Amino acid sequence: MTLVLIEHQDGRPDELSLQALALARGMGEEGPLEAVLVGPGGEAAARELGAHGVTTAHVAEDDRLGSYAPAAWARCVTEVAERTQPKAVVAAGSTRGNEVMAHVAARMDLPFAANCTKAHQDGTVTRIRWGGSLLEEARLHGSPLLLSSAPHAVQATTVNGADAPSVERLEPALDETDLLVQVVERVEAETKGISLADAKVVISGGRGVGSADGFAILEELAGLLNAAVGCSRVVTMAGWRPHTDQVGQTGTKVSPDLYIACGISGATQHIAGCKGAKTILAINSDAEAPILNNADYAVIGDLAEIVPAITAELKRERPG
Amino acid sequence: MRVLVCVKRVPLTGGRMVLTADEQAIETRHLGFTISPHEECGVEEAVRLVEAHGGSVTVLTLGPPEAEEQVRDMLAVGADRGVLLVNDSDEEWDPQGTASALVVAVSELEAAEEPFDLIVFGNESADSGGYQVGIRVAYALGRPVATGLKGLSVEDGVARCEQEVPGGRDVYPVPLPAVVSVLEGINLPRYPSVPAKLRARSKPVERSTPERPEPRLEKLRLVVPPGQGKQAEVLGQGPEAAPKVVEIMREIGVVS
Ligand SMILES: Cc1cc2nc3c(=O)[nH]c(=O)nc-3n(C[C@H](O)[C@H](O)[C@H](O)COP(=O)(O)OP(=O)(O)OC[C@H]3O[C@@H](n4cnc5c(N)ncnc54)[C@H](O)[C@@H]3O)c2cc1C
Ligand SMILES: Nc1ncnc2c1ncn2[C@@H]1O[C@H](COP(=O)(O)O)[C@@H](O)[C@H]1O
Repeated sequence: MTLVLIEHQDGRPDELSLQALALARGMGEEGPLEAVLVGPGGEAAARELGAHGVTTAHVAEDDRLGSYAPAAWARCVTEVAERTQPKAVVAAGSTRGNEVMAHVAARMDLPFAANCTKAHQDGTVTRIRWGGSLLEEARLHGSPLLLSSAPHAVQATTVNGADAPSVERLEPALDETDLLVQVVERVEAETKGISLADAKVVISGGRGVGSADGFAILEELAGLLNAAVGCSRVVTMAGWRPHTDQVGQTGTKVSPDLYIACGISGATQHIAGCKGAKTILAINSDAEAPILNNADYAVIGDLAEIVPAITAELKRERPG
Repeated sequence: MRVLVCVKRVPLTGGRMVLTADEQAIETRHLGFTISPHEECGVEEAVRLVEAHGGSVTVLTLGPPEAEEQVRDMLAVGADRGVLLVNDSDEEWDPQGTASALVVAVSELEAAEEPFDLIVFGNESADSGGYQVGIRVAYALGRPVATGLKGLSVEDGVARCEQEVPGGRDVYPVPLPAVVSVLEGINLPRYPSVPAKLRARSKPVERSTPERPEPRLEKLRLVVPPGQGKQAEVLGQGPEAAPKVVEIMREIGVVS
């Protein structure tokens, strides 16, 4: 049996958790697939999981689990794992998935492999390092195997003719320490403009932009293309743009149709954030810059001339 | 406040990942070294807390003897002392082995003086990205842990921890002593001044050499993922290439 932690929102399972189910189904384990769902809406979300191969869903909708508490979530997963003795416990490699699995691993004193792109029931996994710039083949020594699936490494898949899973109620023996760290408040933030993560076009600037004011020409082009403006770490460290604009391993991961990298050299840690783009255009004065080994198209020269020329060309074709 | 920050030395890779012949490590002969930006922000956050509340910042690392360089870098931006757990093998430590070595060091430091009010980690290490060492240390010490913080303040023995989530921020109050992990962006770290760099040279760095346990997450080999090393089609030089760029934009459907 393989046990999968399913995260859910408004009574629907998260896409990344459905990917985790697909990774779990590919582990070569013949036995059934079971799920754990914690918090309000878990039972509703469980109904959709039959189509993804789940036969039994363990649902914990305890009143005290109304808001996220990582240790309590881990208590739920650990209790089910100890009772049902799965071969593996899998979660999404999401913020919360990785966090809960690390708690589970600490509780069970077992190794945990985060962000796997492949996993086999014999304990071998392939996992990402350096935000995806490097892969590691590794072996987990412990049972059950504890792992999470790297986001978008596998696609969610469905099985034919499956019924909704049977639901088993889980009443975890939560103690005070499980609820010591729990969300007490959600502070809403004002959102303005198109978000980096969702934009169809992202125009990023690096050191080559030269200053905070230098971003005006990127902003103008972005306005015409309904694009979001991003940047490299050199730019955030210089204080030219806020960290929320940073694309890369320690910034935001973007996957637009078009990514335009202006004055960015193409360090692996930057590429880790933009390699999900369908097309990458590099604008760089250096024809040898590493970004050219990651881009589909390039224009060589001074971005301070090239970017306004692209803007002018778009305006010429679309007057007004 | 007594604050401890755990950091890890990693190579500063450039545009390409090159592996050693045995595929066990990144070829670092021509590379510099650094720590994760998350950890840099962790040190900055610790220094700011101590500036506001008084106390001291200790930096702890497990790494090769050369990791003293990264410890000194952190002493130059405001940490008071360093502790280097020397890995004298060429082999990497897995997350469980790393956490146990850190826990032993923390326990010794706390036995010699007082407990740390706060132990700060990066959300994930830059190289291995295991997402777990901090949480394991918290469990071993029996302390609460909040991760991925973009905001942190301390008042009356409670840390107000803020996490960025879609649409806003989640807030967790966490009683001290506690363990936290932070993300880059929680602050903008300062640059070291020249006098601070000089002062860092004379700050204390203690060393010990723990024994590496057998890894339970055993690295078999590293692999450079496919897709590196394509060659961009050059559309042209300078502003004259603009019409071609717009043509491509139309082809891929981002302008009508
Ligand atoms: C663990 C770790 C995590 C990291 N995370 C991130 C991250 O999330 N995001 C990130 O971006 N970086 C990250 N970095 C930093 C990364 O390694 C690079 O230092 C950074 O991406 C370089 O930024 P840059 O390309 O803007 O600057 P540079 O590398 O200095 O490149 C500037 C480029 O601009 C070109 N240029 C200069 N002038 C012009 C001009 N007038 N017109 C056109 N081109 C010009 C140059 O030819 C050069 O290619 C991380 C590093 C580490 C160690
Ligand atoms: N060798 C090490 N020495 C000191 N701290 C470490 C070490 N490895 C990991 N850490 C800390 O643990 C955090 C999480 O690491 P990881 O679980 O590998 O993602 C890092 O950001 C560091 O703060």
